[in-house]
Amino acid sequence: MKTAVIVFPGSNCDRDLAVALEAVTGTAPAMVWHGETALPDGIGLVAVPGGFSYGDYLRSGAIAARSPVMRAVVDAAAGGLPVLGVCNGFQVLTEAGLLPGALMRNRDLAFVCRDVELAVANADTVFTRHYRADERITVPVAHHDGNYVADADTLDRLEGEGRVAFRYAGPVNGSARGIAGLLNDAGNVLGMMPHPERRIEPAHGGSDGRRLFEGLVAAIGG
Amino acid sequence: MKLSIVVTLKPGVLDPQGRAIHHALNGLGFEGVADVRQGKLIELEVADGTDDATIDAMCRRLLANTVIENYRVERSS
Repeated sequence: MKTAVIVFPGSNCDRDLAVALEAVTGTAPAMVWHGETALPDGIGLVAVPGGFSYGDYLRSGAIAARSPVMRAVVDAAAGGLPVLGVCNGFQVLTEAGLLPGALMRNRDLAFVCRDVELAVANADTVFTRHYRADERITVPVAHHDGNYVADADTLDRLEGEGRVAFRYAGPVNGSARGIAGLLNDAGNVLGMMPHPERRIEPAHGGSDGRRLFEGLVAAIGG
Repeated sequence: MKLSIVVTLKPGVLDPQGRAIHHALNGLGFEGVADVRQGKLIELEVADGTDDATIDAMCRRLLANTVIENYRVERSS
């Protein structure tokens, strides 16, 4: 499967995502600079990495979300292409309007950088099919703005529609309803604050993140 | 024409930074502060005659995230 990783000025997890995708797909992803206006042909996934795109100026992900390549990502998402946003990538996807709500400063104001336990809230998605429903997995987080916010009606609707993919199993950042990972209405866009690409092999301290990528490959085709 | 765009968190949106400032004010002995909300001020220099719809579009499409923020525009020449 061919894949692409978007690279913004200030991205710093693009290489981690590339290593993870190559390990699972066998093919190095195309690295696509933010100024590009089109995605490579024939890709089965586009990933938006973590980091501090544009220095988090204005709001985390705000400037990146308006960059030329994101117009191509929004169009591709509308066409059904799977899009994975991790950490700053999740912030970019909300700012681009691909996912509802917003990610605000962590409730306790601290940058949280540690392993967290997640509960798989929906195992019936292209991203989570290699997990079991309610399974607990351990994946690291590293963020300052991971506190998911949406109004109560939106949260009720998201939960009712099964669009919460992952929840924090314990307190992490004040995120509404413990939301750690969220899907769009069509189910082809996932944003998550935790970093599955940092848990790909035992040398990372665990490989719970690997199944996300393996499940994607199985869903989309190798 | 100079514009000042004042961006504030919507009522009801938790503002941890405002709360930390509030706490620090209390720590300095300033009592009687009921609440603190932190926002941001963005100053623009635009062509005279820039219409309201354009200014509003700039606010909605970039300067404020209307999911969580309100904005108001103050003009000075």
